[in-house]
Amino acid sequence: MAADNEPLLQVRNLRTYFKTPRGTAKAVDGVSFTLEKGKTLGIVGESGCGKSMTALSILQLVPEPAGYIEDGRILFEGRDLLDLTWEQMRSVRGKDIAMIFQEPMTSLNPVYTIGWQLRESMQIHGKDADAAEKRALDLLRRVGLSDPAQALRQYPHELSGGMRQRVMIAIALANQPKVLIADEPTTALDVTVQAQILALIRELQDETDMSVLLITHDLGIIAETADDVCVMYAGQVVESAPTRDLFRDPRHPYTKGLFASLPARNRRGQDLATLEGTVPEATKWPPACRFAPRCPFRWESCDTIVPQAKPPGSDRPVRCHLYDPEIPGRPDLAAAEREHLAGDVTADLAASAAARPKDAEVGR
Amino acid sequence: MNFWQSDFMFNAVPVVVLVLLAWAFLQSRKQPLWAEAFRRIGRNRLALVAFAVIGFYGAVALLDSFGWTDKESQSRVTLLDRAFSGLPQERTYSAPFASMTTGEPQPQKLKAPGRHPMGTDGVGNDVLYRTFKGARTAFIIGGLTSLISTPIALLMGMIAGYYGKWRDDIIQYVYTVLSSVPSILLLITLVLVLGRGLAQICIALGITRWVGLCRLARGETLKHRDREYVRGAKALGVSDFRLLTRHILPNMLPIVIISVTLGFSGLILSEAVLSYLGIGVDAEIGSWGNMIDAARDELAREPVIWWNLTAASVAMFILVLAFNVFGDALRDAIDPRLRS
Repeated sequence: MAADNEPLLQVRNLRTYFKTPRGTAKAVDGVSFTLEKGKTLGIVGESGCGKSMTALSILQLVPEPAGYIEDGRILFEGRDLLDLTWEQMRSVRGKDIAMIFQEPMTSLNPVYTIGWQLRESMQIHGKDADAAEKRALDLLRRVGLSDPAQALRQYPHELSGGMRQRVMIAIALANQPKVLIADEPTTALDVTVQAQILALIRELQDETDMSVLLITHDLGIIAETADDVCVMYAGQVVESAPTRDLFRDPRHPYTKGLFASLPARNRRGQDLATLEGTVPEATKWPPACRFAPRCPFRWESCDTIVPQAKPPGSDRPVRCHLYDPEIPGRPDLAAAEREHLAGDVTADLAASAAARPKDAEVGR
Repeated sequence: MNFWQSDFMFNAVPVVVLVLLAWAFLQSRKQPLWAEAFRRIGRNRLALVAFAVIGFYGAVALLDSFGWTDKESQSRVTLLDRAFSGLPQERTYSAPFASMTTGEPQPQKLKAPGRHPMGTDGVGNDVLYRTFKGARTAFIIGGLTSLISTPIALLMGMIAGYYGKWRDDIIQYVYTVLSSVPSILLLITLVLVLGRGLAQICIALGITRWVGLCRLARGETLKHRDREYVRGAKALGVSDFRLLTRHILPNMLPIVIISVTLGFSGLILSEAVLSYLGIGVDAEIGSWGNMIDAARDELAREPVIWWNLTAASVAMFILVLAFNVFGDALRDAIDPRLRS
């Protein structure tokens, strides 16, 4: 059993690769983070940055046969999930660590009633039929379905998207998991429903003291729900920080770029800043710093020396030469920001976004 | 006479089949997919006609499946036999509704003149009665073979599709080899090895017939394996076995049922081909294939004995057509791509 001071879930140096015809795609390449009991950790990044694969790797559900976990440790309550047998892992899934997915429309089995699927989730982890039946009704009531008794008899196609996501949450929470992994839980939903679902997850989290790993591309959702944030880019965590600090002072050029691309009140009438270019393909990451080709602060060393997360062990590691005192002749941050107008704007905006995080809610 | 060949067992089998069919129908009506499919078929007049035709053949086959041992002859006499018992056996061939025999140098008066709507065959049996007797054989060949080949096909296809890698390689290798051997040669070999008989023919047909469905099941499993609901179930800790049997199988069942229904007609035709080649069911058992086989010589006679061939061919043609029409309607009613 884990000691009291030990974090609930620790991912260390996780590497998940895919064999593709064009070579090995390093979808997750050395990701580390820590999830404390009762806290919410947000993982944010563009599509294709590896955030979903990180989540699937934790449950060892990486799509086979192309994908595999190359290396790393996933410590849950002190034991490494990667050391477990397939059967042991099966009892972790859904019971200790549950997951909800982006697509509530297709994540329920179309041929079974909601009640059947809820009961199944409990019965495979050893609950008897009567207890499961009773709890199913309680769960549906708890996630806010207006007529839970009716919903038990309904099929997925008879429910709306928001209701289905509530059902998914009910199923995920049926066995009172210690960790809930929510992979873009609200992306496919209407804006009004999104807020309700997020509020529901937060309420349930407060009641049960579970930890939430929230995966999203939406900084607004992070601002509202996460205690800590990992910003992912090209299979790596480029910056991690407590949410307040990140919004007050984004450090990595990629994070700065993300904030600059948000609409804000004091930039009304101006064009939105965009990050030039796209995420490179996972089979051919740039040799050293993966963000270098798109980075406004690019420096000679960026193409030759692989940046490390510095300072290690702190609460604000950043994977960028700008913050690494050991890089010879590294650019002075202030000078660099003066030099790049975009950088200047970014800093201002980030500050204003941090002051009023609610303004930063875009696309919601 | 042992228990397995008793009248009780003889009558129990069709009862069990009927009960199972009724149960499957009632169960499927609870599923929204099937309930909707039944509604759609109910609106399709052609499908209803086809279903009525299949139902008529089924009723005839059932009449021939219930019976009891006759004290006098010590042989089992079915309801169908009893229905036709009023018709006496004639001496030899006679044309439909004829009153005299055919094919004899001196035509004789029939015992039941004008009462053989499809004439009589070489040994004087009523051809309509022999045609009706063929229905049961056709349903047994189609049903039993489907019962044998469908589980093999589903098991193999689902294992290949779900696990992939070496299991997939082995199964694909087996069915590729099997399907590259001319199936009629394989059938002949199997029948020679297993011996003649209704059950043996069903086994032989089952062994050669699972390949198509196996391919289909493999593809469907591959498709469903990567669906979100399967991933969701996996994330809940559902075991592979349960995932395959309780999650993936019910989702591909509609397509499997359509395929089996359409395959049914192919099996009835196969029986005819085998009997024509002389390796089909026992000549004692009425079957359309045997009737067609017998007609080879009859067509060369003068005058031509055409009614035996015609009766068997038309009976088979109508049933096969009905199955194909119904199978198509079932596909239209179920196929998700054709639904809104």
